[in-house]
Amino acid sequence: MSIIYLLITISIIVALCFFFAFVKAVKSGQYDDDYTPSVRMLFDDELKESKSEKTKIETEQKLN
Amino acid sequence: MDTQNCFHCGLNIIKKEEIIFDSKSFCCAGCKTVYEIFSENGLSSYYDFEKMPGATPQAINGKYDFLDNEKIIAKLLDFEEDKTTIVSLYIPHIHCSSCIWILENLHKLQKAISISQVNFPEKKVRIIFNSEETSLKEIVLLLCSIGYEPYISLDNYENAKAKIDRSLTYKIGVAFFCFGNIMLLSFPEYFEVEEFWLNQYRGFFRWLIFALSLPSFFYAASGYYVSAYKSIRAKMFNIDIPIALGIIVMFIRSAVDIIFGYGQGFFDSLTALVFFMLLGKMFQQKTYNFLSFERDFKSYFPIAVTQINAQKEENSVPVYDIKKGDRLLIRNQELIPVDGILISENCQIDYSFVTGEAVPIHKKSGDKIYAGGKQLGKVIEMEVLNSVSQSYLTQLWSNAVFQKNVDQKHKTITDAISRYFTPALLLIAFASFGYWIFIDTTIAFNSFTAVLIVACPCALALTAPFTMGNILRIMGNQKLYLKNAVVIEQLEKVTTIVFDKTGTITTNKKSEIMYSGKDFSSKELIAVKNVLRGSNHPLSRRLYEFLPSLENKISTDFEEITGKGIQGTCDGNFIKIGSSSFVEHSEKDNTNATSVHISINGKYYGKYIFDNQYRAGLENLFKSLSGDYKIKILSGDNEGEREILEKLLPKNTELVFNQKPEEKLEFIKNLQEKGQNVMMVGDGLNDAGALAQSNVGISISENVNVFSPACDGILDAAQFTKIHSYLKLSKKAIWIIKMSFTLSLLYNVVGLSFAVCGKLSPLVAAIIMPLSTVTIISFVTLASNYFAKKILPKKAGI
Repeated sequence: MSIIYLLITISIIVALCFFFAFVKAVKSGQYDDDYTPSVRMLFDDELKESKSEKTKIETEQKLN
Repeated sequence: MDTQNCFHCGLNIIKKEEIIFDSKSFCCAGCKTVYEIFSENGLSSYYDFEKMPGATPQAINGKYDFLDNEKIIAKLLDFEEDKTTIVSLYIPHIHCSSCIWILENLHKLQKAISISQVNFPEKKVRIIFNSEETSLKEIVLLLCSIGYEPYISLDNYENAKAKIDRSLTYKIGVAFFCFGNIMLLSFPEYFEVEEFWLNQYRGFFRWLIFALSLPSFFYAASGYYVSAYKSIRAKMFNIDIPIALGIIVMFIRSAVDIIFGYGQGFFDSLTALVFFMLLGKMFQQKTYNFLSFERDFKSYFPIAVTQINAQKEENSVPVYDIKKGDRLLIRNQELIPVDGILISENCQIDYSFVTGEAVPIHKKSGDKIYAGGKQLGKVIEMEVLNSVSQSYLTQLWSNAVFQKNVDQKHKTITDAISRYFTPALLLIAFASFGYWIFIDTTIAFNSFTAVLIVACPCALALTAPFTMGNILRIMGNQKLYLKNAVVIEQLEKVTTIVFDKTGTITTNKKSEIMYSGKDFSSKELIAVKNVLRGSNHPLSRRLYEFLPSLENKISTDFEEITGKGIQGTCDGNFIKIGSSSFVEHSEKDNTNATSVHISINGKYYGKYIFDNQYRAGLENLFKSLSGDYKIKILSGDNEGEREILEKLLPKNTELVFNQKPEEKLEFIKNLQEKGQNVMMVGDGLNDAGALAQSNVGISISENVNVFSPACDGILDAAQFTKIHSYLKLSKKAIWIIKMSFTLSLLYNVVGLSFAVCGKLSPLVAAIIMPLSTVTIISFVTLASNYFAKKILPKKAGI
């Protein structure tokens, strides 16, 4: 049953890893602005789409 | 469909001025140019995210010349090393996803920009650029040309970059980490199964829990100990005292339990409590990052002015470097930063922001002009009399009474209750200790600590933050932005409302003009309008815009007699426009309203009366308010409007005119000494003192992004008529809090009955505490949403 020591130690270490990730995220300013990234995320898709459309049109033109 | 609105900015298009480009209609050349810039650079997606997102670029000739000055640039930049330069600019126009998109794609318009990142809540854009290839000025001009003019004021120049306080976020993280892990680890003990392995490892679990609780107890909850200590020293009982007491007792009791093996302790409840209370704190800390409630003249002042040196060269110099005797050049719409003497022949200065006087003041060469006025018309030159720090406006501002005193904050409702709560709690604790000590010492100590633990007023402490935080958000959605939650409590206590006149109950936008007298023939009207065209006097400009557009004719013999009026001949009619003495009209003016008289060929025709336009719905608002509050009007203006106001407003409204900023403050102070709780509604710098002195100072603003004086709340001018509803909602908020207090006291009674009997097990505590927290939070949130819907119905489509 001493496996429980190992298991709990591992679980605490994993939890600590997440905790340090959180502290790092706060430090880097990720929590300062909680709105803009949500909008920005949608732009990237939009841009890629328009780019791929452009290349599509271009390739179509080349083919013709 | 949207043929009526500009494709770029959404303004109504005047048919005559419509510009059609690329089969889209624009209201002006400026908007069209922006569209051209975007479409040429493959940025036309700008118009996909949001309809009509843009702003018309404003003329900026020479306005940003100060950005050539190295010293000023150095103050504005966040970071500079080698070529990499970082600057954060505040752009008031940022309002939608299109704005974010275009500003984050600036690098497509200017190659030297590597990254630009928008912070939407703060309306700021952070630009990283190569300073060898471009300059800050070029970037600012680029932003202006696409309609995103940054707002740069003296405030940027002075302020060191404020450090962001993230300690609350850290504390919540720590508290949640401890709470979550302790909950998991204490689960086996809840079931109290006498299994072999559970007994075997009990010690290990308990010590682990103990270790995990330390960061929560020592770090996350530290704010409560500090606050409790401070309030004891100040001899004011605030809610943090019983909270700190509860937490400390809980920790000591649990530590003793674990060390001596009595039980598992209350660490689960302890960490849950800390976590929930910090969460409440964060919820209440809703701030409007893009607004500033502590503004002073600095955010109103320009960063630099044009100085003319001995060689007649124009230089931009920082405002603080202006010395006595310097000569300055002030352009149209620019602000006069220092007191001085006018050197140019004459000028019009708009002092409305400083004095509340709506009509611009005429100054002649040699007159003294004071800081804070806005120059209207052509460029003027002035000689400096005082440096910035010694100018009238700055001195007025530095006057101690004009600073909002933070310590005058009244006792919050929670703290008021805590005054009775804490002694009562201690009394119960000692009473139960006194009872049990004769029966069983262990039970006596147990029940003593249990009382303090279970009665820890976490539900009490959570009520106000969650109610206020929610109401704050609701009001914010309806465009009343309050500084913090305490303002809501103060709103509820208001008994007297004082309104400023100019800019508050009147709109600045346009004045209504009425004509009384003999009618003009159409030919005469053309003549009048064409004579007016030659004049730059603000009243002439306003009258010129008011008259219907007519054909242009050349007027001859035009003459402007300063302080009196203008005259000229057009189409053979000799026209005089001006004051009554100027047109030789003998009738005495008894209305006192601003008026312009007209005579044609020596014959008196009539006068145009300029009327301040009152906000729509003013009458109804005052009628409903006068039922519950005393209303007073304070104005820096003359008595010209008294009659109209008396007719318009309820009978018991007190009207006070000709008030200087200091007198306004004094007036509020007098009311307060008579025991009134005063809410001041004002707009300009002239109200700043009164806003600071009043219990609640609300500043009204046509555009919430531009300057407003230091205040407790900023109200969008369009929502002016809702003032009464906001007040009603604040009353309901207090009612909700009181109801919720009753509810949480009931929980305490249940908990205490366990505690006094000495039977409070950790399991009971672990159930009662989160249960009360959850019910309290859901009760206040639902109740405040319900009342908000009832009192402030949201308009559909907004």
